[in-house]
Amino acid sequence: MSEVKTPKKLKAKKMNRCIGCISCMLACARLVHHDYSPVMSAIKIRSSGGLQGKFVADICRGCQMPSCALACQTQALIPRAGGGIKYDEEKCSGCEKCVEACEVKAISFDVVNRKPIVCIQCGVCTGNCPHQVLSMEDCNQC
Amino acid sequence: MLIRNGIRILHIDLSKEEVKETERKDLTDYLGGIGVAIQLFKEYMQPDIDIFHEKQPIILSVGPLETIYPVATKTVAVFRSPLTGELGESYAGLRLGLAIRFTGYDTILITGKAKRPVYLNISSKGVVFRKAEPLWGLDTEESGRIMREMESGSGLRSIIRIGQGGEKLIKYAGVNVDTYRHFGRLGLGALFGSKYLKGIVIIGDGTESIGSQKEYQKTYSEIYKRVTETDAMEKYHDLGTTVNVLPLNDMNGLPTKNLKQSYFEDADKVSGEAFAEEKLIRKIACSGCPIGCIHIALYRNQFQQLEYEYIPVAYDHELVFAVGTFIGVKDKNTILSIIDCIEKFGLDCITTGVMMGWITEAYEKGIIGQEHLELDIRFGDGGTYLEIIHNIINEKNNFYKDLSFGTLYAAKKYGGEDFAAVLGGHEIAGYHTGYANLLGMAVGARHSHLDNGGYAIDQTTEFSDHEQIIQKLIEEEIARNILNCLVICLFARNIYDIDTIIKALAGIGIHWTETELKVLGKKIFYQKIQIKKALGFDYRKIEFPKRFFETKTLHGKMDSETAKKLLKIYNEKIDEICTDAIGLFAETKQDKRLI
Repeated sequence: MSEVKTPKKLKAKKMNRCIGCISCMLACARLVHHDYSPVMSAIKIRSSGGLQGKFVADICRGCQMPSCALACQTQALIPRAGGGIKYDEEKCSGCEKCVEACEVKAISFDVVNRKPIVCIQCGVCTGNCPHQVLSMEDCNQC
Repeated sequence: MLIRNGIRILHIDLSKEEVKETERKDLTDYLGGIGVAIQLFKEYMQPDIDIFHEKQPIILSVGPLETIYPVATKTVAVFRSPLTGELGESYAGLRLGLAIRFTGYDTILITGKAKRPVYLNISSKGVVFRKAEPLWGLDTEESGRIMREMESGSGLRSIIRIGQGGEKLIKYAGVNVDTYRHFGRLGLGALFGSKYLKGIVIIGDGTESIGSQKEYQKTYSEIYKRVTETDAMEKYHDLGTTVNVLPLNDMNGLPTKNLKQSYFEDADKVSGEAFAEEKLIRKIACSGCPIGCIHIALYRNQFQQLEYEYIPVAYDHELVFAVGTFIGVKDKNTILSIIDCIEKFGLDCITTGVMMGWITEAYEKGIIGQEHLELDIRFGDGGTYLEIIHNIINEKNNFYKDLSFGTLYAAKKYGGEDFAAVLGGHEIAGYHTGYANLLGMAVGARHSHLDNGGYAIDQTTEFSDHEQIIQKLIEEEIARNILNCLVICLFARNIYDIDTIIKALAGIGIHWTETELKVLGKKIFYQKIQIKKALGFDYRKIEFPKRFFETKTLHGKMDSETAKKLLKIYNEKIDEICTDAIGLFAETKQDKRLI
């Protein structure tokens, strides 16, 4: 019997090792959203309590029943097997309802193109982290 | 950015609370960073009026590669130095380069003086003037915290601010950048203070679509790999620049106890290895640099029985030298406490440390006494150095007020110029390697070891090969001008060779040849000399205090006659370059007259 490939999702489990270089953000912006600016990144690294505090990652948590997809009236966002969403930009009306719906504020909005900046769980960011802070893991793995 | 048709300049007039945006096509000939900043400085500098006159400009500038290529992370500040009166040039990292780039401006020019304290909010949406009355009088940590909590843009912003040092116009006050980096040297903080400018929150909230995908992505990836997978930058990642402490000590190149020695008997206690083993708690990086060279140590202090406070403090070679070896302090925790104290007040750590070295020896020799210091000081006495710093900030008496003008001023007034570790009016950095270092800091545009890397030339060049020393100093300064147009971190100078620079620029649609880049580097070299002369710096009157010749370097003791001879050769060389340059670069009759 062939093995079923389990979908993976992004985890930021080793944030204590993060140096705040934002290489992950720049990679997401550059390779997924074709923009130089980290504003266009779906993963967001920031400090909590200033640089004397810790770095934290605001990321899509890959919900099993994503509120963003439930809020989307045009089926641009649909739940993805194993968690998170699939995004079809063609169908997106730019209504921003997904942005409001996300409980952890992981979706920001590209005001120029009137589209949400969503994580598609592609894992590009993980390959650009010099400290292996980020990883793509099986959805049910803790 | 430069991918557009011109350099976008944001001019903020604090007196009128007015903002003007211009796009200058002519400035694209200077790439960005220091190239552009120097041109603007030429236009706005005020040689004939007071250093703190409201017309004196502050220029912050980034380059076209900023943040969008690895390790192109710095911002250059150009201004008239309150400390030396001549060219002020300083570099800082962390979030500032990213933030400026994505406001959509290449260069920020600030003139005028606010009526009462303000701070600025700059984003892609424009500029907002904020009252800073409650922040005036606060240190860099607390004022930074308040600005952070009052403003938006977490993760995409930079918060730069001054402490009480800048407010009180102490001439070696710096500007704190995102807590752990600084426009430390040459007194930009005092200039901020003179303008009632407490700080700036810069939010890089703009976007910039990538034009030609293929070449850019490929070049980015190649550079990223070289940065992360080769040993080109290993030293900066591992122990950081404190890796230099032990080798410098072993070669008699580590200025110690006001340069009475060039080795520290307790170097092993303050080495990069010792800090890493006992104090290092984390490293952080500038935005867009996967190296993470900013080493953070834990300062831990017991203030009562079983009661502790802790502060995460950044350290590097220069700081360990300035408030460690140079004042004979061997306890790491004490070094961290002095760094923290200086940085909270917003002073430059190198300048303050070097000055405290001079104070200690002047006191030892009886040139200054109890009536001046109102305390006893000996090399190594960490707690007393903290008191001295507080006394400078609090202007405790006339002596401490005089210290706010820097080491040279104090030494001229009280005596002890012979042992004041000052070159070109600027307190030295942490190297005593030989003639290239000595001359390099004396003649370098910002009187820094980073102008021309003299300390490295001393380690690779025959001591007696004077022509070679001069040649290398000049070539290195010209090469660094190119890097500084792109404001690439100088730690990545081995990654960004000229071919890589050309390729990186081409990847974003900017086409320069090797010759064009080299001509630009030379032109900036010439222009800086021109500016320094216009602001009163005389290369022929450079003096080398006796102390530099009394203490061994890695090549043994230097002698003053040789130093003078080298200076003479250097001056002849730059005269040649400037004569050539007149034909090439002088744009006005006045330019020609200045040479």
